[in-house]
Amino acid sequence: MNVRSQISMVFHLDKCIGCHTCSIACKNIWTDRKGAEYMWWNNVETKPGTGFPTAWEDQEKYNGGWVVDDGELKLRSTSKAKTVFNMFHHPNMPTMDDYYEPWTYDYQHLFNAPEGPDQPTAVPISMVTGELINIKSGPNWDDDLGGSPVYAENDPNLDGLTDEQRQQLFAVERLVLFYFPRICNHCLNPSCVASCPSGALYKRGEDGIVLLDQNRCRAWRACVAACPYKKTFFNWSTGKSEKCILCYPRLETGQAPACFHSCVGRIRYLGVLLYDASRIEEVAKSPVEDLVEAQRSIILDPNDPAVIAAARANGIHDSVIESAQRSPVYKFVKEWKIALPPHIEFRTLPMLFYVPPMAPVMAGKENGTVKNISEDLFHDIEEARVPMRFLANLLGGGNEGKVRYALRKQKAVRWYRRALTVGDVTDAQAAEMLAQADCTPEEAEAIYRLTSLCTFDDRFVIPPMHREEAIEMMEDPLEHKQNTGFGFLTGPRRGL
Amino acid sequence: MNSASSYLDQFFFLALPYVALFTFFFVTIERYRNRKFTYSSLSSQFLENQQHFWGLVPFHYGILVVITGHIVAFFVPREILWWNSKPLRLYILEGTALVFAILAAVGLIAAIVRRANVSKMRKVTSPVDWVLFALLLIQVLLGIEVAVRYPWGSSWFATSLSPYLWSVVRLSPDLSYVTPLPLTVKLHIINAFLLILMFPFTRLVHILVIPNPYLWRKPQVVRWYRRPVKA
Ligand code: HEM
Ligand code: SF4
Ligand code: SF4
Repeated sequence: MNVRSQISMVFHLDKCIGCHTCSIACKNIWTDRKGAEYMWWNNVETKPGTGFPTAWEDQEKYNGGWVVDDGELKLRSTSKAKTVFNMFHHPNMPTMDDYYEPWTYDYQHLFNAPEGPDQPTAVPISMVTGELINIKSGPNWDDDLGGSPVYAENDPNLDGLTDEQRQQLFAVERLVLFYFPRICNHCLNPSCVASCPSGALYKRGEDGIVLLDQNRCRAWRACVAACPYKKTFFNWSTGKSEKCILCYPRLETGQAPACFHSCVGRIRYLGVLLYDASRIEEVAKSPVEDLVEAQRSIILDPNDPAVIAAARANGIHDSVIESAQRSPVYKFVKEWKIALPPHIEFRTLPMLFYVPPMAPVMAGKENGTVKNISEDLFHDIEEARVPMRFLANLLGGGNEGKVRYALRKQKAVRWYRRALTVGDVTDAQAAEMLAQADCTPEEAEAIYRLTSLCTFDDRFVIPPMHREEAIEMMEDPLEHKQNTGFGFLTGPRRGL
Repeated sequence: MNSASSYLDQFFFLALPYVALFTFFFVTIERYRNRKFTYSSLSSQFLENQQHFWGLVPFHYGILVVITGHIVAFFVPREILWWNSKPLRLYILEGTALVFAILAAVGLIAAIVRRANVSKMRKVTSPVDWVLFALLLIQVLLGIEVAVRYPWGSSWFATSLSPYLWSVVRLSPDLSYVTPLPLTVKLHIINAFLLILMFPFTRLVHILVIPNPYLWRKPQVVRWYRRPVKA
């Protein structure tokens, strides 16, 4: 057992209201710079929809992530041998057209326009060329367009759905949708790291945050092609790739990352997971249908004395172990099993998990009119308007059982609470629901609390990062007196 | 030989080489140590991906083969002469070199056209890039002219250029090897030193940071602040 700690995340999709506050918080802090205008380290997508960059989930198109070939894990986008030839022109490199061309408006014209018969307008101008542009798409161009034929119908997750299931999605006024916020998953088996010829990308040993060393990146752009979630971005101005840093400067000072901190729906949870690093490769190679379970099994119980001993032996600080014991992520993922990894079939072992949304739509369409199909407020999840198959493609690695389990439990918790507070459900009914959903009243209560009544400190259990010790190990702390920060502090000037 | 031309020879084949080499070493090292961030190939594939292939791929394959040829001839002139002693082998060598030189020229012209025509590309092309493209184009075209007009370069490179370059390296430059050469060849040499001089001020530094360790390293990279103490 080789115990490591990983800062992990849960997004509770039932609570996301699609406000994009998270995206803006991130943009204002990190990507409001030349060459980074088009980047959204955090973005919020409408599902069904094609997302950002367009159809990123379609690996037939982008060739990201890993495949198992002859019992070996292999990158889809490159290999050691292929890298030699991919250097000059990467065959799997997305272009700005797959994202969008960033623009601003010529506001000065509103002030400077000569007097004339018409109101002056602020025309859109490209932030790349400075020329007039015809805006064709943006980072959330399909926002709320749940039923659109251009976007929703091209969602890669619709693969394998029957016509009937598709109709279910598009039945009533084409209205079914839910939001899907995304950041870098800080994967256990990151394909971005494995693909980088320069070794510029790395996982931090102490907390698992995946970073990209700006001084070592040489614009070979292998990571952009290799990340199946398209969460490394190429800065066209500096000639360096960039990615989400999980706000590590904030985490190191005990604050939640900006997107977590600002989340209006309070959908975001963050905490430490302990895992067994010696099993990464074995787990990543599991058969597709077992992947969700295999990834769960690599996560270790922080209360198990053997795990604690092994963690200590690996130099993990007691305060981090204690933090892992209180981790909300551990509860969602491992104890309650209601949070699932996105597209685990890409085999990067993402460490951001999603609680699938309930989408309790009760109406169907009959003879052209909308009609209730169930009198129960929390009707049978099998009849939910978002087909199980769709959610399973997104969050279960195709395994419907995992999604069904998570939804059933959520439903049972609601019935249980309804029995307690409204009383139109009998205790016996609620107990029956709980039993069917593999849930005890205590667990239901805990899920309810962490979902609905959670405070800041419940949602974000941030471990002390002990960077002060890190510096002491490296050099004399007095040398750092009166210094500001780490690393290089000059502006990122583009090479010639 | 009149004194003006000997003065010029002194300048181009004695002063320039040393200025170029000194600048090359001094500035590349200084840049690597103090401005490491600027070491990048400054890829532009993200902004334009169609013409990119037709320019960058032929150019790089072409130029790499040709440069490798020059380096080999510099280090092992005797072996080249031995190889060329059979006409068939000479034709194979010269033919290959010419094909790759033409590949480099075609690719380079495609890359330049791309930079000039696509408006997004013009935004990421600096004045230094234009100087570099000009020098490279001149160099490749001169090289092709030399190859066509003065056969067989692979042989006389070994007998006259290699010794001259070695004399420069050994700090006892012997100009008698280069002064009698035709003008085109001289220009090719001078432009080569200009490229070496400009090297550290351009994106060419990407050649120095090609990532060979990738072929041997483990796929995943983990950096620790505190090395874990193994039990
Ligand atoms: C193994 C060695 C080399 C590698 C791996 C390499 C790689 C690259 C890469 C990745 C780019 C950026 C391409 C892009 O825009 O996406 C580039 C551009 C360039 N390289 Fe190289 N290169 C190598 C050798 C050379 C050599 C020997 C030369 C010339 C003497 C050269 C000259 C250039 C030039 C001029 C560009 C800019 C072209 C343009 O963007 O239009 N490279 N190289
Ligand atoms: S999501 Fe992409 S960028 Fe983030 S760690 Fe995983 S592979 Fe790397
Ligand atoms: S801030 Fe929170 S609720 Fe709003 S879109 Fe982002 S994740 Fe959803």
